[in-house]
Amino acid sequence: MAEPAPPMPAPTISQAPLPQAPVLNVEGLTVRFAGAPAAVVEDVGFSVARGRTLAIVGESGCGKSVTSLALMGLLPPAARVAGRAVFAGGVDLLDMPPRARADLRGDRVAMIFQEPMTSLNPAFTIGDQIAESVVRHRGATARDARARALAMLDLVRIPAAAERLDAYPHEMSGGMRQRAMIAMALANDPALVIADEPTTALDVTIQAQILALLAGLQRDTGTAVILITHDLGVVAEVADDVVVMYAGRAVEGGPVSALFDDPQHPYTIGLMGAMPALGRRTGRLATIPGAVPLPADMPPGCRFATRCPFADARCAAERPPVRAFGAGHGAACWHAPIEGFGVAA
Amino acid sequence: MSPVGEPPILEAVALSKHFGGRRRLFAASAPVRAVDGVSLRVRRGETLALVGESGSGKSTLGRLMLDLMPPTAGDVLYEGRNVGALPAAGRRALRRDLGIVFQDPFASLNPRMSVADIVGEPIWLHEALSRADRRARVAALLRRVGLRPEHGDRYPHEFSGGQRQRIGIARALASAPKLLLGDEPVSALDVSVQAQIVNLLEDLKAELGLTLVVVAHGLGVIRHMSDRVAVMYLGRIVELAPVDALFETPLHPYSQALLASVPVPNPRARRPRAPLEGDMPSPTRPPPGCHFHTRCPHARPLCRELSPPLDAVPGDRAVACHFWAEIAGAGAGAPAPAPSAAFTRRLTLFEAKAAAAADPA
Ligand SMILES: Nc1ncnc2c1ncn2[C@@H]1O[C@H](COP(=O)(O)OP(=O)(O)O)[C@@H](O)[C@H]1O
Ligand SMILES: Nc1ncnc2c1ncn2[C@@H]1O[C@H](COP(=O)(O)OP(=O)(O)O)[C@@H](O)[C@H]1O
Ligand code: SF4
Ligand code: SF4
Ligand SMILES: [Mg+2]
Ligand SMILES: [Mg+2]
Repeated sequence: MAEPAPPMPAPTISQAPLPQAPVLNVEGLTVRFAGAPAAVVEDVGFSVARGRTLAIVGESGCGKSVTSLALMGLLPPAARVAGRAVFAGGVDLLDMPPRARADLRGDRVAMIFQEPMTSLNPAFTIGDQIAESVVRHRGATARDARARALAMLDLVRIPAAAERLDAYPHEMSGGMRQRAMIAMALANDPALVIADEPTTALDVTIQAQILALLAGLQRDTGTAVILITHDLGVVAEVADDVVVMYAGRAVEGGPVSALFDDPQHPYTIGLMGAMPALGRRTGRLATIPGAVPLPADMPPGCRFATRCPFADARCAAERPPVRAFGAGHGAACWHAPIEGFGVAA
Repeated sequence: MSPVGEPPILEAVALSKHFGGRRRLFAASAPVRAVDGVSLRVRRGETLALVGESGSGKSTLGRLMLDLMPPTAGDVLYEGRNVGALPAAGRRALRRDLGIVFQDPFASLNPRMSVADIVGEPIWLHEALSRADRRARVAALLRRVGLRPEHGDRYPHEFSGGQRQRIGIARALASAPKLLLGDEPVSALDVSVQAQIVNLLEDLKAELGLTLVVVAHGLGVIRHMSDRVAVMYLGRIVELAPVDALFETPLHPYSQALLASVPVPNPRARRPRAPLEGDMPSPTRPPPGCHFHTRCPHARPLCRELSPPLDAVPGDRAVACHFWAEIAGAGAGAPAPAPSAAFTRRLTLFEAKAAAAADPA
């Protein structure tokens, strides 16, 4: 790739041509907390289709959780949300009456959190909690709902599921609680699951169990998954498409193979280089100097300019547009591909 | 690293630590067997890693070896001397020689201590120094870990995670230790910051001739930093091997399962996997015989009855499995494909440019 491609019209990151109409199409998502000097999520866009997994990856504080909470309508009132998030070709998740949104949540759109106790209530048994959700959204009888709860616990491979129906969350291990939460999230066959760091707190053997479980359930039900993670290893294992976020913006996006084989944005490159390989040691780890700027110190141009070795005056002053680097692969950097840096200009 | 035959700097001999558990006249509640008869030699100048799932006893073993808690049974030898038999003065000297870096360096510290107090406290405890000498010593320590001397007047909450870990490392270095134990020193950090701290630890090790013991669950960090790795499961070491040998040909079924679970950061390396089933059993009631038999795909009746000893095997390694020789190779993963040429080229450019910016000649 010698010549930079011309700028694309839309200022958002796109994905590879989707096989079918997207389950969710997000455009221009922007979140600003009242009184904050900068938006914590700015002009982020992506889409995800049935049966596919979109990973949103970035370091802590880059806006991954705020993005997912905005889509779920779970941000506190101090958050100003703008943009569009069209679900199943119809409703806009960001512009819905609260009642209708609450009905959608836990039904067609479900959320899995890092900490299972975010969604599990310690005072009720696992079985009652799953059944309650099925009664609420499906109008099932108590008896059918309990049968559904049992089937779900079996599906997420909780051993002795019939006994675990009557267990309280604290009576289970971390991995089992995570399974129970997944069972609850999937009980109503959601079209979209948003999983925010679902395995970050777990040991790697349990992480492998949970990721395999999610992949299997996705294969069987065709659910679209948005997987939020800070771990590029997890991205490489499960994602079809990736969005890389830095300081509230999507800086690069595309099919997973394009991201890993042909990374364009200097932040993506630095992040991949900083990760220790699992192969034989080759030398020191690459580092990205400094730290993410505080909201008050956000540079007006490229937000990575304070840490980027290729930054120049234009980078600091002007926001780089997203440019295309292959089918569905875009990056927001004035100097990508960096092989050309300083050669022509 | 010192040759295999040389005396180790630090050694655990049949070390055990049990927590809780009451013995009464007619009833006994079972204790947590956090560390269960571990013998391990740390070689002078090496980086030795302890890995295993949370609750496997890594932190407890580390603390026992640093004499930060008394063992239930067994001995710790430092430079050949039995630590438990040292007089008080000898134990104080030992505390200076063995430093520790925690995941959260400030969890146990008073938040109203300034950075200079935090870093300097271990020096004041051991030496009488003038005010000016103290300041100079703290300033030198802060510089050594990549901070500025003025940072000494500030408070921990004013620093980012990576800088806080630098402060923790400076404190650990204050008494000029010979051995540094890092208990998950980079586990809470983002990957770009983690890389800075890993590089710092490696630089310090080389400059100061330290021996490092690293407790971690991030297997990428372990592969990058360590010379040898001890894999723990339910309070026991199940395998001990040079790092490349362990990652390329793990011998113990648990090591094999652990390594097979690590996500490989290359989409071309995707492969179907059969994840290890179930959870680690409770350490209050570890399974009889081989602790791993409840989850081991190769278990046979003998495994339930007889605990396999950690036997030396060729290649400077040791494994605790009755059937390792028959199983060997079952877990050897295909080597991860090399990163793409475009990525490698751009990373080289990135690093060269970053180095030039950091050190304008
Ligand atoms: N309720 C809130 N009020 C104000 N700022 C918030 C709130 N929640 C998150 N933020 C800020 O938004 C930014 C992004 O946070 P988050 O989405 O949680 O990051 P990530 O999930 O990527 O680690 C951070 O700077 C965080 O401090
Ligand atoms: N102070 C303590 N009191 C009681 N149990 C403890 C204590 N410290 C650790 N344990 C228990 O000992 C076992 C091993 O713990 P630890 O050494 O912290 O493991 P790791 O560092 O591998 O996660 C765990 O079951 C833990 O709950
Ligand atoms: S736009 Fe400039 S500062 Fe931003 S990533 Fe590209 S080169 Fe670096
Ligand atoms: S001794 Fe038996 S149960 Fe234990 S690891 Fe070896 S084969 Fe598996
Ligand atoms: Mg988050
Ligand atoms: Mg620990």
